[in-house]
Order: sequence, then structure tokens, then C-alpha cells
Amino acid sequence: MEFTFEQYFALMFGLIFTQNFVLSQFLGLCPFFGVSKNRDAALGMGCAVIFVMTMASVVTMLIYKGLFLHPSLQKYHMEQYLDIVSFILVIASLVQFVEIVLKKVAPALYQTLGIYLPLITTNCAVLGVTQMKLTEFSNPAYSLAQAVWYQGLLGVFGGIGFTLAIYLMAGVRERLQSAPIPESMKGMPIAFMAGCCMALAFFGFQGFI
Amino acid sequence: MSIAKEFSKGLIRENPVLVLLLGLCPTLAVTTGVSNAVGMGFAATFVLICSNLLISICKKGIPKEIRIPIFIVIIATFVTVVKLIMAAYFPALKASLGIFLALIVVNCIILGRAEAFAFKRGIVESMFDGVGMGLGFTLALCLISFFREILGGGTFYGIPLADGLSDYTQKIFILSPGGFLTVGLILATAAYFKNRSDRRLQIHKNLNHGRVEREKKLLSGVDVVK
Repeated sequence: MEFTFEQYFALMFGLIFTQNFVLSQFLGLCPFFGVSKNRDAALGMGCAVIFVMTMASVVTMLIYKGLFLHPSLQKYHMEQYLDIVSFILVIASLVQFVEIVLKKVAPALYQTLGIYLPLITTNCAVLGVTQMKLTEFSNPAYSLAQAVWYQGLLGVFGGIGFTLAIYLMAGVRERLQSAPIPESMKGMPIAFMAGCCMALAFFGFQGFI
Repeated sequence: MSIAKEFSKGLIRENPVLVLLLGLCPTLAVTTGVSNAVGMGFAATFVLICSNLLISICKKGIPKEIRIPIFIVIIATFVTVVKLIMAAYFPALKASLGIFLALIVVNCIILGRAEAFAFKRGIVESMFDGVGMGLGFTLALCLISFFREILGGGTFYGIPLADGLSDYTQKIFILSPGGFLTVGLILATAAYFKNRSDRRLQIHKNLNHGRVEREKKLLSGVDVVK
């Protein structure tokens, strides 16, 4: 199955705006509230998530479609009971691998991203993106290369949508620090209110596609 | 006594969602209806109890350096068990929970309890900690979904509350902004009552302190009236 230009655009626009991972699908809320205290940290976290999400998408789809659904292995029905375990292992080892490589190759980048990397293993957005379209892409209408390519795109644009949301949120929360807030609303409640307003704003994109 | 304490702390005092703010993704995503919330709560409770039990049984055999990957594999195995059971007996619930069933693996509550409690404590304690935390999670999900379902859909557990109520409901509560709004308001209410009781406690303490001081002075024969 081949995507048309419109479908590519819909995929991109949908993942960044209308079906934003954080604001409309509730994936990756822990870093969204935990690492959004200042903008630099938010951007660092976002970049690390984009990278891990893309890699994880490609590798898990290769395993799922190329190994579990391979005609000679289908009799073992591995896709039914091994998907969660193998995907989470792939993500955990990928994060570890990225950490080691970054430390050796780009120490400066590691300094900025390093502390966020271990958090990504338990970021639901990463496991979520690998699970999201599994049933659709397991359809034989998609070849292995196509499924991997589209899943990779899901990872890239989903990661960009996540980065956009967390960066905007960090901007809002920097302002909130100097705002007069009722005592009971201080801390997390006001962050949730800000999240609500941002979700409402992103809701405005809904009719576009 | 200590077992009862381990059990009860998860319900309110250290409620995983409303106090510790863990596991927010499933909390916001599945609380559009009470039936979903109950299903998710019990699925997570089952995984939590099983993983706590297994980890506390094997804690001597798990090397400290690679404990996190081992915890994750143990949790993922139990999630797979839940997924297969649900596919066999509750296909409708599985369909409405969607990918969030698989995402129990990365629920911070379960990994957090494994790391902070089960890896250090005994088997029975860990089990009751799992039961308490799991029920606390379920309770919080039910509370949030109670408001969201009634305000957003006019139903409770899928049953309409009154005729024509659906004309007056605010759909926003079952959509994504309503999730943030409801949880934010519940947290703010909890903070309000906590602040008020803290203030009262402080006033009470000050009063007591004043009385104690006066009595001390009286006993030492100093005239306080002057």
C-alpha cells in the first residue's frame, strides 16, 4: 500500500497537531509535567524522545513484521504473547545503547541529554507509538519496507509533536512561577489547568483533516 | 499491625495518583467512563500484586546493577498474561482500553513500587502493599471517572441517569481538555483541605503552647496577670 501526498501530510499534521501524543492522546504525561520546569530542559528531553522514538519504531516494526509475522515462524504465534516483552526490551536496550554511544561520540550532547535518557524507558509515548498501528501494519497489504518506513514516520512526527507540547508547556510554567496563584492551586493543580488550556487550544485544530 | 498499615497507606495517605502523582497517562486516558476505570484499575492491581510478590520472592537472586531491566521483563510478562485473559473473557473491555492495556508495563506506579518497596521488603508486606496501592489507584480512577462520566455523558457505569439529561451535558469533560481540568480541580480541592487542616493544627499548637507557657509561669510563682 502506497501513501499519497495528502496522506503523508495528514499523517504529519495529525501527529503534531490534531492527535498530539500528549495533549489529545495522554501519552507521555510524566515527562510532560516532570521535565517542563524550564525551556532548555524541555527541549533536551524532546530531542532525546524524538531520537529514541524513531529508532524504537523502526527496530520494533522490523522485529514484529520481519520476525514474528515471518511466514516460516507464524505457526508459533509469537506476535500474540511476545510483543510487549520484546518491545520493552528493545526500548530499554536502545536507550542504554544511545547513552553509551553519546557518551563516547558526543560528550557535549551527552551532558545536555544524559540525565533525561534513563527516563525515556518508562515514557509511555515510546511504547505507545510502537503499539499504536500494529494491527494496521500487520496487514499483508503493507510490505516490510513500507511498514517500517511508515512506522518510522510515526515515530519522528509523534516525537516532534511531543517536543512542541512540552516546550510550550515549559514556556507557560516559567511564566507561572512569577504569577500570583491561589494557595491551593500552587504546584501541580495550576500545571494541570495550563495543560487543560493547551489541550483546548490544540482542540481547535480538530476539523482540519 | 504493620501489614494493615502497608495496606491502608495506599488508599488515601499515599494514594499513588492523587498524592504521589504517578501513573498519570492511564489515569487521564481511561477515565472517560467508570466501567473503563474499574477494568483498568483491576488489571493494574493484578499486575502490581503479582510483580510485587515475584520480585520480593526473587530479590536475593536479582543483581543490583541490572535490576531495572529484570523488573520490566517481569512486569511485561504479567501484562501479557492480563492481555491474553482479557482477550479471551472481556473482549469489549480490551477494545475500549486499547493500547493503554499494554502500557501498564510503563506505568510508573508498578515500577516504582518494585524499586522502592518489593525489592527491599518481605513477601507478605510486599503483597499487601501491592493490594493497597492497586486499590488506591482503582479508587482514584473511579473518583475521576465518576465526575467525568456524569458531567460529560450524563451516565453512570453506562446507565443513563435521567431522561433528556444528555441535552445538558458538557461533552468537553469526556474529551482531552476535560481530563486535565477534572484532575486539576480534584488536586486543588485536596490541597485546599490539606492546607486548612494544617493551618488549624498550627493554631491549635500555638494555643497549646501559650497555655503551657502560662502554666509554667504560674507554677514558678510569677504573676501572669500583670
